[in-house]
Amino acid sequence: MFSPNARETEISSQPAIPRRINLHQIPWIRPLLQSHWPQFLIRSLTLAGFAFTIFAGLFGSRVGSHNFAIIFVWIAWWTALKLAFIPLGGRSWCSLCPIPLPGEWLQQGGILEKSRRRFGLNLRWPKRLRGSWLQSGGFLVIGLFSAVTLTDARLTAWVLMALFGLAIILSLVFERRAFCSYVCPIGGFTGIYAKTAPVEVRVIDTAICAAHSEKTCYHNCPWGLYPVALRDSAQCGLCMECLRSCPSDNIAVNLRPFGTDLAAGNKGMRQSSRLDETFLALVMLGSALAFAAVLTGPWGSLKSAAFAIGSPAWLLYGFGLLVLNLVILPGAFALAVWSGQRWSGGKVQLRRAIANQAQILLPLGLFAWIAFTVSFAFPKMNYVFSVIFDPLGWGWNLFGTANSTWSPDVSAFSPGLQVALLLVGLFWSVSVAQRLALTNTGRTLRQILPLLAFCLAFSLAMLWLLVG
Amino acid sequence: MSELLKSLSPVWRWGIIALSTLLILFLPIPGNAAEPVERSFQIEASQFAYSPAILSVNPGDRVTIELLATDVVHGLSIDGYDLETTSDPGQTAHLTFVADHQGSFRFRCTVTCGNLHPFMIGKLQVGQNELLWRGALLAGLALFAAIWGARK
Repeated sequence: MFSPNARETEISSQPAIPRRINLHQIPWIRPLLQSHWPQFLIRSLTLAGFAFTIFAGLFGSRVGSHNFAIIFVWIAWWTALKLAFIPLGGRSWCSLCPIPLPGEWLQQGGILEKSRRRFGLNLRWPKRLRGSWLQSGGFLVIGLFSAVTLTDARLTAWVLMALFGLAIILSLVFERRAFCSYVCPIGGFTGIYAKTAPVEVRVIDTAICAAHSEKTCYHNCPWGLYPVALRDSAQCGLCMECLRSCPSDNIAVNLRPFGTDLAAGNKGMRQSSRLDETFLALVMLGSALAFAAVLTGPWGSLKSAAFAIGSPAWLLYGFGLLVLNLVILPGAFALAVWSGQRWSGGKVQLRRAIANQAQILLPLGLFAWIAFTVSFAFPKMNYVFSVIFDPLGWGWNLFGTANSTWSPDVSAFSPGLQVALLLVGLFWSVSVAQRLALTNTGRTLRQILPLLAFCLAFSLAMLWLLVG
Repeated sequence: MSELLKSLSPVWRWGIIALSTLLILFLPIPGNAAEPVERSFQIEASQFAYSPAILSVNPGDRVTIELLATDVVHGLSIDGYDLETTSDPGQTAHLTFVADHQGSFRFRCTVTCGNLHPFMIGKLQVGQNELLWRGALLAGLALFAAIWGARK
């Protein structure tokens, strides 16, 4: 049943997992996942685009709206990430991201296949630096400098080059995709929100894994994961290396219901809950509020403060941003968890309870960011069209469309769409809170009422910032 | 009452929630019945803010905006209203319209004026912001629905 050639010639006859569709068993999809070539070709394209983006940022127009770097990174790619890659594919962008590519090539000593001559020290990532803490810090740094980074093409190029260089350096020092797992700020929030997404990579039959001594899936995983031990999709970068290296065709790429990883404890699965993920989820909420206020609000003094790096006004803005993310939101959330525990007579240790309840924040934050992206990016979509035909802002007129004044009016539906998105996030978060409480205690409402107040307050704040 | 609510079947619960949703979406919200008047605003545009940045008018008011760019060329267009004007530095541009759409509308700079140009935003408030009020009520209903609707 599990011959060594199963993965090359036969579609697996493994039993289906309930409420899952195994894409690897669909005849026309199977070869696309099995072969390195499709993914390699797409990653080559993204690498070429990345290189061109850096070039455009360094040598193109200083006017942001006329520069490919600004428009394609902060409008086009960001919108695709928030509206498609994450909600529909979890960490799917990570499987296509070009940033770790050169480091991987050096680590394995080849582009598609590993060779004997490899580069790098292959050290283990320090235990103290594991988790999402660095990624949270990275995202806060982005927030501090966002007004400038998002609008200065050269700075955008330098930031991309810095990330690129850092990924290469870390690949030469540490094993596997250390940059992606522990440093990349995009990877951080992509990972936690992947728990809500309808895609997962999982083993089909754990008994087969137990009997397999070589563990080729683990040795080939650039993320350092052991697929049989995966409890959620936060860490899996959907690279498919485990699937390609499994001799028993025992790994599935499943379509699954949205939010499967959330409140999974009541289905007999061990819940995955970490304090670092809680903190990152709270940073994402705080950042959504801050970005909405600065970038889509009418307060010119706030925008100017965020832009004037190094000035007293910027220091005040930075102080406010850090207080919101490091004190107010974590404090309010901890208080809500503590109140709920006390009121319901729950006996879970507070630290554990806070880590566990972080799952409530994921749909809330995901949909807040989607709503913000609709508000931020939709009115600027016409720039995407124009920079395709004049990417450097040098006055080119490729295809004769440079003088096009096409500018879609999104104001008719955009505000209503933002409201609907925030409501979906709130409803989903409350549903997760309800399921978590049922798992832990019988006094559902008492335990979650303070948390519901937290979620409602956040949603109303985003509502006011975006459409108020 | 709470026993009655608990005893309802899921079909009835979601029916009540759907009806409440429709009520919130379409129930008239009492508004300001003030007579329309002529209003005039002088807005100074500089990198990257309008001053004043928030304008409040009543539905039906005839609004005149005098846009004065103080440093570089700035423009102004209002979401939801097909209107636009541009002001050269030191020159005043005029825009007159009837505020016949109710709600909260962003107005934006239409001339690339610097790095933060895409974020040069103001707000025009015409009467009640119905979308905000209905959104807030729906948020409360969403919370209630998520708890009550899912109960077994």
